[in-house]
Amino acid sequence: MDSEKRIADKQDWIKGATGDWEIIIGLEVHAQVLAKSKLFSGASAEYGGAPNDHVSFVDAAMPGMLPVINEFCVEQAVRTGLGLKAQINEVSVFDRKNYFYPDLPQGYQISQYKQPIVGEGVVSVDLEEGKSISIGVERLHLEQDAGKSLHDQHPAMSYVDLNRSGCALMEIVSRPDMRSADEAKAYVTKLRQIMRYLGTCDGNMEQGSMRADVNVSVRKPGAPFGTRCEIKNVNSIRFMGQAIDYEARRQIGILEDGGKIDQETRLYDAKKGETRSMRSKEEAHDYRYFPDPDLLPLKLDPRRIAEIKASLPELPDEKRARFVASYGLSRYDAAVLVVEQSSAGFFEDVAQGRDGKLSANWVINELFGRLNKEGKSVETSPVSARQLGGLVDLISAGTINGKIAKDVFELLWTEGGEPAQIVETRGLVQVTDMAAIEKAVDEIISVNPDKVEAVKAKPSMLGWFVGQVMKTTGGKANPQTVSDLLKKKLAIT
Amino acid sequence: MSLTNFTIAEASAKLRAKEFSALELTEAYLKAIENARSLNAYIVTTPEKARDMAKVSDAKLAKGQGGALEGIPLGIKDLFATKGVHTQACSHILDGFKPGYESTVTQNLWDAGAVMLGKLNMDEFAMGSSNETSCYGPVSNPWRRKNSNTSLVPGGSSGGSASAVAAHLCAAATATDTGGSIRQPAAFTGTVGIKPTYGRVSRWGTVAFASSLDQAGPIARDVRDAAIMLKAMASVDPKDTTSINLPIPDYEAAIGKSIKGLRVGIPKEYRPSGLSSEINALWDKGAKWLKEQGAEIVEISLPHTKYALPAYYIVAPAEASSNLARYDGVRYGLRIAGDDLIDTYEKTRAAGFGREVQRRVLVGTYVLSAGYYDAYYVKAQKVRTLIKRDFDDAWNKVDVVLTPATPSPAFAPGEITDPVEMYLNDIFTVTVNMAGLPGIAVPAGLSESGLPLGLQLIGKPFDEETLFRTAYAIEQAAGRFTAPQWW
Repeated sequence: MDSEKRIADKQDWIKGATGDWEIIIGLEVHAQVLAKSKLFSGASAEYGGAPNDHVSFVDAAMPGMLPVINEFCVEQAVRTGLGLKAQINEVSVFDRKNYFYPDLPQGYQISQYKQPIVGEGVVSVDLEEGKSISIGVERLHLEQDAGKSLHDQHPAMSYVDLNRSGCALMEIVSRPDMRSADEAKAYVTKLRQIMRYLGTCDGNMEQGSMRADVNVSVRKPGAPFGTRCEIKNVNSIRFMGQAIDYEARRQIGILEDGGKIDQETRLYDAKKGETRSMRSKEEAHDYRYFPDPDLLPLKLDPRRIAEIKASLPELPDEKRARFVASYGLSRYDAAVLVVEQSSAGFFEDVAQGRDGKLSANWVINELFGRLNKEGKSVETSPVSARQLGGLVDLISAGTINGKIAKDVFELLWTEGGEPAQIVETRGLVQVTDMAAIEKAVDEIISVNPDKVEAVKAKPSMLGWFVGQVMKTTGGKANPQTVSDLLKKKLAIT
Repeated sequence: MSLTNFTIAEASAKLRAKEFSALELTEAYLKAIENARSLNAYIVTTPEKARDMAKVSDAKLAKGQGGALEGIPLGIKDLFATKGVHTQACSHILDGFKPGYESTVTQNLWDAGAVMLGKLNMDEFAMGSSNETSCYGPVSNPWRRKNSNTSLVPGGSSGGSASAVAAHLCAAATATDTGGSIRQPAAFTGTVGIKPTYGRVSRWGTVAFASSLDQAGPIARDVRDAAIMLKAMASVDPKDTTSINLPIPDYEAAIGKSIKGLRVGIPKEYRPSGLSSEINALWDKGAKWLKEQGAEIVEISLPHTKYALPAYYIVAPAEASSNLARYDGVRYGLRIAGDDLIDTYEKTRAAGFGREVQRRVLVGTYVLSAGYYDAYYVKAQKVRTLIKRDFDDAWNKVDVVLTPATPSPAFAPGEITDPVEMYLNDIFTVTVNMAGLPGIAVPAGLSESGLPLGLQLIGKPFDEETLFRTAYAIEQAAGRFTAPQWW
């Protein structure tokens, strides 16, 4: 795919003094591999702990220490690559990226430069209104995380915490295929969703498990790519959107004033809502990459790759397609359900042997609505899939109507219990006795002659009659039956 | 006769026969070390540790137990991490450093029952061919020229190891070899040194110089001791992924086996025009001895030999520049506080590294830099491939290659000041590291000035047994050489 050719949708163009502009975005997402231990040492990769609690001699770069590859981290990278529909390279090479910094104990980061473990892939991203775009993935490589400098612990000195030093990261490099902050946000969200499905990264941006370097440039629609700036280490999806919009406007401002963009590395200051220069191209490091002589080239057995492939879970895109095809859901509803594996699983438990659409309505509108309102998740839901399924059964069988069902749901949420039993003991069963309904209808007609006159002139007033009948039956009548009967008696067509 | 005169094989037999105890043997060495301070071979001695270990050995020996090196006192090159004991690679940058871990090699030796006498002097970070770059000052060679009191270098970088072994200050010593650092000092001191095949000995816990070339091995008094030592040092180590998972043969069993029918290659490229007549003569003599014992002498060609040294001096410094980046004053060793971070780095590394180390870090940084990488590093790696191919071709015709170990006998400190001239000391040895092959230096005679000269045997990958067998044949013909004591 030729990244340069894709032109942004007009709605995403930015109006400048000299005409329209479009934003070109490419992302380098750093995702921490979900693993118990670090990439090249046996030390714990757990988040948190007192500073320097999770540091081995290897992580501290003691003299004579050697890296040993963590096979599980390698498999996690392969899993992720397969999830991104990418080429898995049977041979890849670890290189040293040399630079000095106190949080980099070896004086080099072990990374993959010319031969990454994963090659080209593609991520399908859904935008609003059912539109979807494909974002090219250029590569995924494994590398070590650095430690952390602490500047607020001592008046004159900085401290270093090496707990993260040596943790495995996957750097996922996209093609410059995004054209708006929303597209970039949707891409990162999708990456995070895929990795969570795969169990390869928890995607927790607050804890730093995922962060992005954002490359931004602007051009007149369809023109050749402009000079880009790289915004380093953006650690929230919201900030990323803000940083992109700010940076695009900054660049447009410079270009429209007749200036030119200097290729540089910038930082996003979330407090001020602006990006500022970190280092220019001239100040850029010469990393002196070369193959790490401590590590042999990483060779993957094709049979193992095939095994991993066979063990992949159903991914969001496939799951959604299946929900649409086998449950008759709308793409939108299906997308809502597959956001998390757990919510999709919950839905399937409810929908098993039941009406898919009805089940989806209840899961999405009632359950998710309530969970969101109360800050709960599917895992901590007071109403189980079995309970909700029972409720759907009662609705499908005509035992209760929708309104009663909402009351029952409320009871399930607050008090628990079995839906059928609740309906039984509370006498909520739908009135199906036609004689009783007819009696109630007749009574309402007879005591409201003025309303009877009015409804003949204005048929929409029928709703008032239905409401009255429902009231006298305690809500247990079927509103449709009531409506039909009223129409007949009042001779409304 | 002092107990220090026994080889490992002899001492082991006598220890088991209870002719003397491990503690007595250890005390004899500790006394010898005290008497030889002027050689500056040891930078640290660990007498308490030595006595404790010797007592443990004695207890085991008393019960008829014990490993292959039970009660044998050894010296350890300062490049090997020894837990809780000074480990500085003879560099100021590691001032005060005592590791919390034991290198695989030394652990293997202790597991075999060996006793640690102390840490041996060496060129700083193993960079040097004369032991003059050590931050603890130069080591003296126990050998002197005939009728001369001039001190001579023991070679490098394992100069302390070679000097200590030659002067009987340990039964044997650990050493390391990146471009000749075992074989050249062994040749300069009349001792036997073997650099095994890359991957035979674990590098874990050995301070790295150039990771793709570094390999540890022993320096010993004779071929048999070298075989015993290598067997104990070698292991397959899950902590070093470049160590090779192959069984370790009983090297000693190869000693004394006939070399009848062995095909010995003489590479014509190893006879540069300036090579001294005494080295040429030594080489011819070595070939003659082997022929007399039934070997077949075959002239071979290793056409890319002349590129080996320049390529080595690209690859080794490149890796070193990166390996030494960790010495930044942040976590351990020397720190000279500066005005800011960069200033601290610069002051620390300027004060901590000696001139030769700085030179190699600079060269290495340069050859890896953007715009030079392809011209230097990539090219050097290609040369390396060609050198390996030369040997692969040679192995179709011969079983082992015979060359001189060094272009000259030991020289005096300060005699060589031009770094490139110093680098030429490695002319016969670097190719072996570049190809990852095993090489052994064995004493073969004395120079006109009365100094030991060595021959080198190069073997097929993991065929150390042939090296021991052939080196023993040379040793049998040449005899052993012991420095007259003057210290």
